Order: sequence, then structure tokens, then C-alpha cells
Amino acid sequence: MRGLFLAIALTFAALPAFAIFTEKPLADPEQEARARELMHELRCLVCQNQAISESNAPLARDLREVLRERIAAGDSDAEALDYMVQRFGDWVLLQPPFKPETWLLWLGPLLILVPGAIIAAIYLRRRPTSARAGTPLTEAERAEVARALTGQE
Amino acid sequence: MTEATETAAGARKAPATRWLVGLLPVVVFATIGWFLYQGLSLDPKTIPSALINKPVPEFDLPPLPGHERGLSRADLTEPVQLVNVFASWCVACRVEHPLLMEMQRKGVVPIHGLNYKDGPSDAVAWLNQYGDPYDRIGVDLNGRVGIDFGVYGVPETFIVDGKGVIVEKIIGPITPMILQEKLLPLIAKMRADAGAARP
Repeated sequence: MRGLFLAIALTFAALPAFAIFTEKPLADPEQEARARELMHELRCLVCQNQAISESNAPLARDLREVLRERIAAGDSDAEALDYMVQRFGDWVLLQPPFKPETWLLWLGPLLILVPGAIIAAIYLRRRPTSARAGTPLTEAERAEVARALTGQE
Repeated sequence: MTEATETAAGARKAPATRWLVGLLPVVVFATIGWFLYQGLSLDPKTIPSALINKPVPEFDLPPLPGHERGLSRADLTEPVQLVNVFASWCVACRVEHPLLMEMQRKGVVPIHGLNYKDGPSDAVAWLNQYGDPYDRIGVDLNGRVGIDFGVYGVPETFIVDGKGVIVEKIIGPITPMILQEKLLPLIAKMRADAGAARP
């Protein structure tokens, strides 16, 4: 039974791995490596939240082909990505670019974090000093503590 | 004892501030809730086109076998025309097809076809069976022109003006509602604009 589960799990684990290797890689290994890298950054538009590197959709295959062609033609990484953005818009990039439309997206977390830190700082400063450092014990209290400790031993 | 005096002092100090601080989570919750609620009515499949208000990409495609007229950028000379991306394997294309036929019959607007990644003989058979609403058809066998148009799902329909600029794009099948509420008013407006621009 366990062997059956393992076999099923392994079958599915192996699927994404050979999806890409059916294609002809670029002759120059350095260019092929760059193309592979960029494939992770481009969205497969029909499958929404998958990179074209891991999708077997026909459009993803076409885009991988186009990407390899652009790299082979001497495009820089930025130029190759820009080629895609010109056709499909920013959405084709899995990581949205930093520009006025996306400021809220990128800086939103800070918008929460900074006021939160300020409130926390004010709260901690306002706390009575006794709670922070602790008032030193009086002589009588010390004696009582000592008595309690030694008494237990 | 000290704690009690502290709290009392705090409450005395600024009751209004405390009230506002208490309200803050409610405001934050309402804001986040509002954005999430808006998100419910958005269609994640609709992606704003990068090509709106940009010129049609350069292309020149051959005709289908047995057809005479292919489609190139230079053919888009009317004040308004549609470029409809279709394929015989595309189920949603069949859904919008009767509407395209009706538009062609009524002479609403010239419709050109971009036959996307299709078997040419399949496309011809498809048109013979269901009718051919297209003025011109370009065959995009490997889908490269489609990529230049930013096509990611068929059918897509581009509304192109007389200067060869893409004015609007409809993703998915044209429905009678889209035709009535979006397409027809846009076509009328573009015709009027083109008429006004002419001396």
C-alpha cells in the first residue's frame, strides 16, 4: 500500500521536470542558461500563476521559443523581457515592476509596518518605569526573599 | 494600586484619543473589506491589453487555401474595422460566430480574420460549414503574429481605426450584450470622429 502511494507521488513529482526538455536548447550554453533564467520570470498567460518555464501550454511553448530567439539574436535580459512586456503588458512579468501604478503594492507593507512600529514605540515609552526596570526592593523585601529561598532549600 | 491610578490618569488624559484608537481597527477592517469586496467583481482572466492606443504591429499573412485575400497591416484602411482572432479548434469562436455572420450580413463593420495556429484545411472546412463572415483572412500558422498582437486566448477581437491604431480589444467571444453596449457605440463614435476629421 505504501509502495503504491510512493509510486503515485513520484509520478507526479517527475512531471514538471521533463516538461521542458522536449525542446531544442540554444547551441550556446551560456545563452541557454540566460533564457532558462528568464523563463522563470515570465508568466504563462493562459495558466495565470505559472511561469512559462513550468507550463506545457501551447502559448508557453511559443513564448519559450520566442524568448530563445530573442536571446540568440543578441538581446540583453532586459531587452528580451521588454519585448514581452510590449506585447502582453506588465502582467507577463511574474514580479511586477516598481512604478507609480505599483507603488501601493510595493510600499503597502511599509504603510502598515511604519505606523505599527511608531505605535509600538509610543506604547513602550509610555509604560510606567516600574514595569520596565522594576523598582529596587526595600531592605525588608530583600530579607523576605532571602528567607523564602533559603527556607525552600 | 499604582496601576489603578495610571489607568485612571490615562482615561482622564484623553478620552477622545482612546475612542479614536478603539475605532482604528474598525476603519482598517472596513478598508480591507472594501478592497476585497471590489476584488470579487473583477475577472482575473481579463488582462488590460498593452496594445490599446498603439499601432497594429507590422504583419503580412497569406490567405487560406482557395481564398484570394490574405491580410496585412496595409489592408486596415477603413475608418473602423475589426480584426477577429479565430481558429477552428476554438470552441468559444463558434459561440460568437453567428453574431459575426449577422454583423457581416447587416454590413455593420468590415471584419477581418486572423486564423490563429490552425490547420488551414480545418479552417476552410469550418468556414464552409458555418459561413464566412470575413472580408480578408490572414493565416498565422505558427502564431507569431498572434504573439505580436499580445493574443493569449482565442477568440480576441481588435477594433482598429483608420490610422491603424488599436482602439479597443475584446477578449473572449463577442456577446449580444457586448455588441449592443460596447461595440456599436464605439463604432458609431469612431465613424463620427473620422467624419469630423475629414475636410
